[in-house]
Amino acid sequence: MTQRTRNFLLLAPAGTWFLLMLIVPLSVVFIFSFGERGSAGGYVPAFTFEQYANLPARWAAFRNTMTLAPIGTLAALLIAYPLAYFLAVKVSDKWKMMLLVLVIVPFWTSILIRSYAWIFLLGGRGIPALLEWIGIESVRLINTPFAVLVGIVYGYLPLMVFPIYVSLDRLDKRLLEASSDLGAKPWRTFLQITLPLSIPGVATGCMLVFILLMGEYLIPMLLGGGKVFFVGNALVDLFLQSRNWAFGSAVAVTLVVVMLITVTIYMRFISRVSGTREDVALI
Amino acid sequence: MTKQPDHISKKQFMEELQRYKKGSVTRRHFLNVTGLGAATAVIGAAVPGLMPRPAFAAGDIGDRVVLATWPNYHDPDNFDAFTEATGAHVQMNVFGSNEEMLAKLQAGATGWDVYVPTNYTFEDYVKEDLIEPLDVSRLPNYDASAFDPRYAEAGSVNGKLYGVPKNWGSTGMAINTKHNGGKGISSWKEFFDITMDKFSGRTVVHDYQLTTIGSALNYYGYSFNSVDEKELADAEKLLIEVKPHLFAITSDYQPPMRNGDAWLTICWSGDGKQLNTDIPEIAYALGTDGGEIWSDYWAIPKSSERKDAAYAFINFMLDPNVNAKEVLAHGYPTADSRTYDMLPEELKNDPIMFPAQELLSPLEFGAAVTLTDPNRAELMARFKSA
Repeated sequence: MTQRTRNFLLLAPAGTWFLLMLIVPLSVVFIFSFGERGSAGGYVPAFTFEQYANLPARWAAFRNTMTLAPIGTLAALLIAYPLAYFLAVKVSDKWKMMLLVLVIVPFWTSILIRSYAWIFLLGGRGIPALLEWIGIESVRLINTPFAVLVGIVYGYLPLMVFPIYVSLDRLDKRLLEASSDLGAKPWRTFLQITLPLSIPGVATGCMLVFILLMGEYLIPMLLGGGKVFFVGNALVDLFLQSRNWAFGSAVAVTLVVVMLITVTIYMRFISRVSGTREDVALI
Repeated sequence: MTKQPDHISKKQFMEELQRYKKGSVTRRHFLNVTGLGAATAVIGAAVPGLMPRPAFAAGDIGDRVVLATWPNYHDPDNFDAFTEATGAHVQMNVFGSNEEMLAKLQAGATGWDVYVPTNYTFEDYVKEDLIEPLDVSRLPNYDASAFDPRYAEAGSVNGKLYGVPKNWGSTGMAINTKHNGGKGISSWKEFFDITMDKFSGRTVVHDYQLTTIGSALNYYGYSFNSVDEKELADAEKLLIEVKPHLFAITSDYQPPMRNGDAWLTICWSGDGKQLNTDIPEIAYALGTDGGEIWSDYWAIPKSSERKDAAYAFINFMLDPNVNAKEVLAHGYPTADSRTYDMLPEELKNDPIMFPAQELLSPLEFGAAVTLTDPNRAELMARFKSA
């Protein structure tokens, strides 16, 4: 067997998978996006840009997604970083494993069930009732953008914690000792050593969470009460209610393009930031 | 053994029904004290075909039947009984709207054997060739003469039978009167006006174009079924204006109505009945300015691969005995007079289940055109994403 054939055979499973599960479906969606809605719904072949011209009708969905996804990612980062730092640096090896498992445990229950729990917590008999008890009245949490934000941060937190944990765990502790020997205060050591070295983990975590948030559908539906609308919800509506496959495809293609552009810009930014120590030290 | 009471008063029956619904007593206790269990046993013995048999009388219909249906719409005990009688277990998929069901069938390969479409969808299902004509000879429990034609006719298209009636009901509004000085409301005009005023943040509308757009059309005195562009534009204006005042856009409105987060909702009569029974200050009302009256049907999708099981299941559910248990479980009336006769008097006189004729007259059956009208579909989507 030549090297060439062997390479080909080794790549064949992954290649077939990508072709069938990614390239073909995406091509279908792309072709459909130039079609028209059938009279009873569905798709009728055509070549028109009408669906793309109609995109402003879903502007609110894109706006909600593009606001709540970055805010949600940032909030998850701010909560996850100290947690990951604590787990990687402060906790003894004996407890580390157990605490890590505790971070994963929620994944054993479906996100659907956990989101339903939040419906109760944020509903009138949950946190607002507690607040009323201590004198803060008529707080409404459920079915607001805030509720959706709480839900997505809660749901995706472990995906942020783990990459950051891994990068902090691998951190050479001797660097920290050296820094302190050279007279740096702990805060300065953190900013100049720990943080820059954990940037790859932060970047991975943010990207994982951000991409998933862009396609989020379930949490806005359950905790937003149908009022906080993501692109994912618009897509479900177009395919499962109004049966406008052509317009749905156009929205899907647009979402993919928006995501590609955002992620590309983000990657550029990250590689520039973590590219040279000098730059990183300045932030 | 405890002694069974010889009879039960109306008041006692309703108390038992409420206790049973709240889950404080078991189904067995409920059937025992109300005498319904005995009635079932007697009727079962009188009709040998209904008795449980060791060998499945229907023959081998396979190991399952897949049912696509609406939420809170069945008595699970009936499904168990079906499995016991036939060996096929019931696999249930729950949907929120007819549009969603149609979308799934249009996309193909649903795996469903039985579904429960509403009156206004049949024309399109037939046109799209998605629905199987029914062979009445395979449904011995179906007696066409027992059904009120008003709720049965939509099941036939061009003289061919495609669906047999399941339940009927109305779409009105449920209000928690506690927050309105003990007063109810009785029109869609009041519904939307109070939402934009003192009920702001407390109202739920359905995630369903037919009823939500229909109610907004009724607000202006237009037909519930209108597809007129100008009238739809008015309805859209109202809905967009109302949206910031809504608690939610969802067809699952019982939980927030029960826990007090929502005070007012578009409501199906069975949900209205369930809410009113448990929380008496929640009143169910029909709009004097319009609303929907509907009928659901048992039907078989053309794509079903287990048609024997489908027929066996529908036939089983059409048994008045089984059907009466269904009605007790979900609170929607049936068009089958045989089943109606078996209901307790209290339910036969229930104003939510069987409203007075003059209250029903402003209501309309959903029209076929609303199901596929692209403007209504897009209006709903725009309202939700606004």
